[in-house]
Amino acid sequence: MRITGQYKLAVGMAVLAMLWAETAFAHAQQGQAAGFLTGLGHPLSGLDHVLAMVAVGLWGAQLGSPAIWLLPVAFPLVMAMGGMLGLIGMPLPGIEYGIAASAILLGAAVMFEVRPPLAVAAILVGFFAVFHGHAHGTELPPGQSALLYSLGFVIATGCLHATGIGIGTIHRWPWGQTLLRVCGAAVAVGGVFFMWRAFS
Amino acid sequence: MESVFMKRLASRLPLFSIFVLAFSLCPVRAQAHLNSTGMGPIYDGVMHFLMSPEDLVPVLALALLTGLRGVSHGRRALFVVPGAWLLGGLLGLTVSATNGNVILSSIWFLLLGGLLAADAKISLHMTTVLAALLGLYHGYLNGTGMGASGYVAAALIGLVFAVFVLVALAAAFVIRLRAAWARIAVRVAGSWIAAGGLLLLGWAARKG
Repeated sequence: MRITGQYKLAVGMAVLAMLWAETAFAHAQQGQAAGFLTGLGHPLSGLDHVLAMVAVGLWGAQLGSPAIWLLPVAFPLVMAMGGMLGLIGMPLPGIEYGIAASAILLGAAVMFEVRPPLAVAAILVGFFAVFHGHAHGTELPPGQSALLYSLGFVIATGCLHATGIGIGTIHRWPWGQTLLRVCGAAVAVGGVFFMWRAFS
Repeated sequence: MESVFMKRLASRLPLFSIFVLAFSLCPVRAQAHLNSTGMGPIYDGVMHFLMSPEDLVPVLALALLTGLRGVSHGRRALFVVPGAWLLGGLLGLTVSATNGNVILSSIWFLLLGGLLAADAKISLHMTTVLAALLGLYHGYLNGTGMGASGYVAAALIGLVFAVFVLVALAAAFVIRLRAAWARIAVRVAGSWIAAGGLLLLGWAARKG
């Protein structure tokens, strides 16, 4: 086969064309919506997390102002700090136990309608928030937006608090107070189950 | 015949390789910042802002914060943020593509979200400074890499228009709120934004 000059020129041009740096339209933004939806769905995928978050809202509603808004404001921030600890690789021993214990103690607090000083309630909730953030805030699937995953995760957690607060508004009625205590007991029982599972 | 061809090819290979390398490394201005809506540059700019949470969320946080602080703060942010954004964007148009710093972005989330969650009683002067810095920084990042053409200038105007509308709507919405629970809900949104910033900082540290 005779290779002509034109043929070589054509091949050379083709190679050049393939390697020519093309103008980049880099903002197709793949994975953006997926990142948000993954973050939004992640807290809902673990019943232990759901129970504890709803319990925070229930307890806040029982305690009334200012705890009703202080706890939901403080929790996401401290939870994010726990997530950041996980992301920078700082180990936190006994995460599963901590999450189960949060459901037990927060459920018990609702069940017995415990009314500690505001600072104590905030510290208790904040302490457990670290475990939840460390466990759940760091599981970003590859190729998805970290920012939108984080926002989705925080928003879903906040919505769980809001759900708890919404349920907690029945506290104004006597039957509602009893029902709230039953809800607290259910959360605590769920916590005991998760603790048993963590040990087994 | 084959061997003669191979010898010629071998002798010209280094020169050919240099040409290929030179062409492949030839810098081309990247137009990395625009989504195409098919409706023209103004709408492309609007859509870019709405689809970029790293730009949108801090502006929303500042607008909510100024709304909590009152009418004078809202009015100040309404004109300073878009103005600074336009100025930053025009400055950015003169620069080739620059990647935004994730740590700086997360600091904006933390700062504005934290101030909002704390319902910080910032002065009008501080509002002006925050609005100007936010607009300049994000406008500059938007402008970089867009290239300098009439199309891009129109897209920048669309983007600034979207910033103006968002600040106007969000600040006006919060200014009207009187119920305590509604203002607390706005503060909760601030804590979510700050929490998102903290997690973003963690992701940046992990990648770094």
